[in-house]
Amino acid sequence: MSTKQVVVVGNGMVGHHFVEQLRAADKDCGITVIGAEPRPAYDRVHLSEVFAGKPPEALALTSREHYMELGIDCHLGDPVAALDPAQHTVTTAGGHTFSYDKLVLATGSYPFVPPIEGGDRHECLTYRTIDDLGAIKAEAASSRIGVVVGGGLLGLECANALKNLGLETHVVEFAPGLMGVQLDEGGSQVLGRQIESLGVQVHTRKATQQITDGQDCRLSMRFADETALETDLIVFSAGIRPQDQLARDSGLEVGERGGIVIDYHCRTSDSDIYAIGECALFGGRIFGLVAPGYRMAEAAVSQLAGAPVAFTGADMSTKLKLLGVDVGSIGDAHGNADGAMAYVYSDPRAQVYKRLVVSEDSKTLLGAVLVGDCEDYDALLQYYLNAIELPAQPEALIVPGTAGTPALGAAALPASATICSCHNVSKGAISAAFDNGFGNLAAIKAETKASTGCGGCAALLKSVVDEQLSCRGMAVNTDICEHFPYTRHELFHLVRVGDIHSFDALLAAHGSGLGCDICKPAVASILASCWNDYVLQDAHHGLQDTNDRYLANMQKNGTYSIVPRVAAGEITPDKLIVLGEVARDYNLYTKITGGQRIDLFGARSEQLPAIWERLIAAGFETGHAYAKALRTVKSCVGSTWCRYGVLDSVGMAIRIENRYKGLRAPHKLKSAVSGCTRECAEAQSKDFGVIATESGWNLYVCGNGGMKPRHADLFATDLNDEQLVQIIDRFLMFYVRTADRLQRTSVWLENLEGGLEYLKQVIIEDSLGICAQLEEDMQRIVDTYQCEWKTTVQNPRKVRQFAHFVNSDQGDNAVQFERERGQVKPLVPAAEAPHSENILVTG
Amino acid sequence: MGNWTTVCAVDDIPPNSGRCALVGTHQVAVFRVRRTNKDEFYALDNHDPFSGANVLSRGIVGTVDDKLVVASPVYKQHFCLQTGACLEEDIDLTTWAVRVTGHAVQLAP
Repeated sequence: MSTKQVVVVGNGMVGHHFVEQLRAADKDCGITVIGAEPRPAYDRVHLSEVFAGKPPEALALTSREHYMELGIDCHLGDPVAALDPAQHTVTTAGGHTFSYDKLVLATGSYPFVPPIEGGDRHECLTYRTIDDLGAIKAEAASSRIGVVVGGGLLGLECANALKNLGLETHVVEFAPGLMGVQLDEGGSQVLGRQIESLGVQVHTRKATQQITDGQDCRLSMRFADETALETDLIVFSAGIRPQDQLARDSGLEVGERGGIVIDYHCRTSDSDIYAIGECALFGGRIFGLVAPGYRMAEAAVSQLAGAPVAFTGADMSTKLKLLGVDVGSIGDAHGNADGAMAYVYSDPRAQVYKRLVVSEDSKTLLGAVLVGDCEDYDALLQYYLNAIELPAQPEALIVPGTAGTPALGAAALPASATICSCHNVSKGAISAAFDNGFGNLAAIKAETKASTGCGGCAALLKSVVDEQLSCRGMAVNTDICEHFPYTRHELFHLVRVGDIHSFDALLAAHGSGLGCDICKPAVASILASCWNDYVLQDAHHGLQDTNDRYLANMQKNGTYSIVPRVAAGEITPDKLIVLGEVARDYNLYTKITGGQRIDLFGARSEQLPAIWERLIAAGFETGHAYAKALRTVKSCVGSTWCRYGVLDSVGMAIRIENRYKGLRAPHKLKSAVSGCTRECAEAQSKDFGVIATESGWNLYVCGNGGMKPRHADLFATDLNDEQLVQIIDRFLMFYVRTADRLQRTSVWLENLEGGLEYLKQVIIEDSLGICAQLEEDMQRIVDTYQCEWKTTVQNPRKVRQFAHFVNSDQGDNAVQFERERGQVKPLVPAAEAPHSENILVTG
Repeated sequence: MGNWTTVCAVDDIPPNSGRCALVGTHQVAVFRVRRTNKDEFYALDNHDPFSGANVLSRGIVGTVDDKLVVASPVYKQHFCLQTGACLEEDIDLTTWAVRVTGHAVQLAP
């Protein structure tokens, strides 16, 4: 098929997935993407996060550049206006005509706006695109009250958005209950009560008939039951309708109530035209979720690639958090099947409702509804998807605390069981990844993409990974090394609870042997995190890695580099001059670092104390570039100088850097503060990053650059200075306590059971009740800070330990340099030298 | 043997760590290992064959599978303090004899 030209109409999530899959399957075919929206595909599922402070750009799934790299032509911001199946062409509203061999319609859907008198007023909006969000935000700015028409999944998300925008929020629903598609009546009622208790008013059985001018507000909604409701804006979210106009106009078969009819291969009535996603009608049904759309895209690609895999419908089970309430729906939630029976558990005080729908013989799970508590969702979904035989008393699956509740272990799942439905990863695929050498949770996630979509399967994935490990005899030994049968986390507690202040004491109490280069630095770090003693104290001296032991960074030839702290990258000309003078006098190679500091290379160990005496005299402090500790807090220039800055990013970065300097952690910590959402300080690539907005600071956590870059996650929004510092205190201390040795925050989060949501509960909602302790621990570290170099140069015995020889004042004569671009560099021994015209300079 | 050179006092080497001594033109890494309240001394080449830098005295001392080792501070290979053998690669370092006379640490080739 390599010579074919494939045209894809629509660049939503499904259209984008199709394009990526097609390119992966066929490197050569021509691909053209035509989209009505001006921006390339973005994540519509997480649209509401924009209201929580996420910049719209962060939703992007791709970019024009990325498409270009993949050899995909894209034509965006110009909808297709006409399709001519006979000529095999499509023509856009802008008059461009494209020819195709195969055409894929991924035009999606549009929000249904009921035909109500006055429904076309400018205060009446819809909720589907990024542009819609902008319109809602703009309208909300001058509004006090907002109404969402439609109490379905999207409607409730939208209600949450209005609430976040500070509006008095109402939901108006035509049906007797909320989320009528996914929930039964009992579930709907519990959800309604919960949502009302969160301050959103719910009006069910209301048919809007007319929208007129209001008295106290801009609008008044009149309902069929003669009641009325005043509001300033209305968002319609009363369902979606397939965007099938193009297909209708060109004579393709469409369903009675809309939708382009497709077969098992996602082919329309014209065999050269496919339809996928929400515009397609399969088996009389529209699939309004992203996962089934992806499956359609894959089925269409497989057909084009000549190895057809059929689309046979898709599971519509969902689990989500709506306005903070957990809601899950599996299969036949209403119990419509013949002979279906239901078990119901309801706890009105805790506002929990669970319903199991089982087959007549009680052996098979047909559906389930969960409101207020979704803990059982993963297990129930597996019972449902894999038709696993239910236990003799199925009710035990939903009644909390039932003795001997049969937990559905990962071992019980068949290989075909879908673990991650976003990326369609089966248990078999995870097993295969193990066979290919990906042997831990983080590696499996990176390889299979499992649990990297909505993250709802995190707990299940972990249990599958654990099961794989144990059945392969790889029972994960989490001991830190042969000398301590404990994890780093456990050692941390032993040190804290046992009030242990030295490695020897810890080893005597809980370990064996002499220790090694794994446990010694790890324990040294734990001791420093807990007690913050001088790291070169006699008892700690031999534990430190060479960088910590020499308070400098060892380079390949045994010399060291020196990085004084330059908090936030702000430095006076006088101090800059001192750095230059020291570098010149000691002939040090000088380079600006990525963290807005200056690195001086090529110092021999015995030179370090004298260099630091000069730096300290000029007001410098150690920069901890050698330590697993806070490195830098980068900043942009912020509101003080920048025309766009909204807050003083430099001031905040200095405050943060000075607060956490010297904090020893499981790994290095980097931070940044940006003064506006242009994000010049690149805060989203840091372990913790701060971005100023009009309404305060937004905190992002667990990002990093490096080999496996990870974008930081938005953690908290609209914070004032004190709130920001308080949350960072807690976050950092929790990381310091619980991470593994040499585990960056990004990997720590990815391995944290419960993920980001759990972390938010612990840090923001204080679900474990430890936040006061975390803050106190951090304050102790802050209060006991010392510049390690200052302490060192004041101690002549310590200074002597920097001498290269114990019995001579000479330096290491093997350290030699040559020159390059006006500075020194290590002399490469002749055998390795690429060419031999080097000029020798003695070190 | 018999050609002993005094390089330093016992207390010049902190317990469970090393220092580098200059013996003629040789750089020797001398380690003081403290077990059950007794000092043991070991000495081997200070030259790290993997990085080419003279830094082994700056490595961390410990045990791996009951072998006394120093870990190179550059690329972390382990060298047996008693035999000079590298645990990861087929390389042997020269070892030196060490004795303590009074408080003096003495080396011999």
